[in-house]
Amino acid sequence: MNALAPGTRVRVLNVVVPGHVRTPFYVRGKDGVVAGIVGEFDNPEELAWGRTGDRRRLYRVRFLHRDLFPQLPATGDEVDVEIFEHWLEHA
Amino acid sequence: MKSPHDIGGDPAGPIDTADHEKAFWEHRADAIRNLTRHVARTDETRRVQESLGRELYDQLGYTERQITAMVQLFLEKGILTTAELAAKIAEIEARERAE
Amino acid sequence: MSTTHDHPEHPDHHLPMTYHEKLTTAVLELLIEKKIISADAVRREIEAIEGRTPQIGAGVVAKAWTDPAFKARLLADGNAATAELGLDMGDSNLVVVENTPQVHNVVVCTLCSCYPRALLGLPPSWYKSRAYRARIVREPRAVLAEFGLRIPDDVTVRVLDSTAVTRYLVIPLRPNGTEGWNEEQLATLLSRDAMVGTAVAREATVAR
Repeated sequence: MNALAPGTRVRVLNVVVPGHVRTPFYVRGKDGVVAGIVGEFDNPEELAWGRTGDRRRLYRVRFLHRDLFPQLPATGDEVDVEIFEHWLEHA
Repeated sequence: MKSPHDIGGDPAGPIDTADHEKAFWEHRADAIRNLTRHVARTDETRRVQESLGRELYDQLGYTERQITAMVQLFLEKGILTTAELAAKIAEIEARERAE
Repeated sequence: MSTTHDHPEHPDHHLPMTYHEKLTTAVLELLIEKKIISADAVRREIEAIEGRTPQIGAGVVAKAWTDPAFKARLLADGNAATAELGLDMGDSNLVVVENTPQVHNVVVCTLCSCYPRALLGLPPSWYKSRAYRARIVREPRAVLAEFGLRIPDDVTVRVLDSTAVTRYLVIPLRPNGTEGWNEEQLATLLSRDAMVGTAVAREATVAR
């Protein structure tokens, strides 16, 4: 996947994978906007088993609170979450 | 199915906003963690903590979870054995009784 | 060879040790015996852990308040800017954010307890608590209210969840009436909570 530009609308995958994952449940399946690229880092899902070298792009994704918690009273508040590229698809 | 650590967005009770003194042993546990990153990576200790199961995860305090996870990793990697740990703990208890 | 006795008297010394305290001591002594770590390294590391306090972060923020060029560098690249001050962020990617009249930032690690330890020391109990980690993303304003902080409706609350390598530091709004204050004076207005986002900077009072 090519690098996602800031402003790109993305959706977090809603899948279950084994082992250690740093994509919290509360953003899975939710839409947000790429706020920036953090950099390239070793995939924590592999580091969890002692394996290095699986480099992945890490993005900062900005979500509207009302999109994450539509059942709660709407505000203009936001939540920024760092998400690895393999958890994102175009929205 | 969420792991017990993945709690962002869950309802929960009031927050105890007071500062609590850290116990000295927690600094020692932190020191172990900081000095053994080459043998037990941060994400490995997180993985173990996440797999402790809801009961243990909720009942153990932060540092208790941390040392529990580190010990499990050290055992898995053959750095320590259960016999060594048992003997050392017995030694520590004997010292404590002698004080 | 007992490392419990290598350290000066500490408050817990005379209470019976819990299982996890004994486990910690056992692991420490075994790792030292096996030469995986040294007793000296442990001593130095504990000193380093105890030496990291929010005063370090307060110094960085106070400098950002007084030096606009430094602040710009800090916001652009937290690791490089703090390195100018001799600070080492370790493996963390430091991102410094500033509160503005439009946006109030607050930091959490919902998955565990990631925290900018190099700048603020050890995280407070509340930061590591289930209640804070669960609720701050769900109902940030209600949580901030428990800290005595009410954010006006026309200000956006932005919660920063440290899920990967980034550790965040918040630059609070600089209080009114502090024109001409030096960094040392400004640092006294900065609590740890203000640099996490659960408080604002203290008001400037008459006595300097």
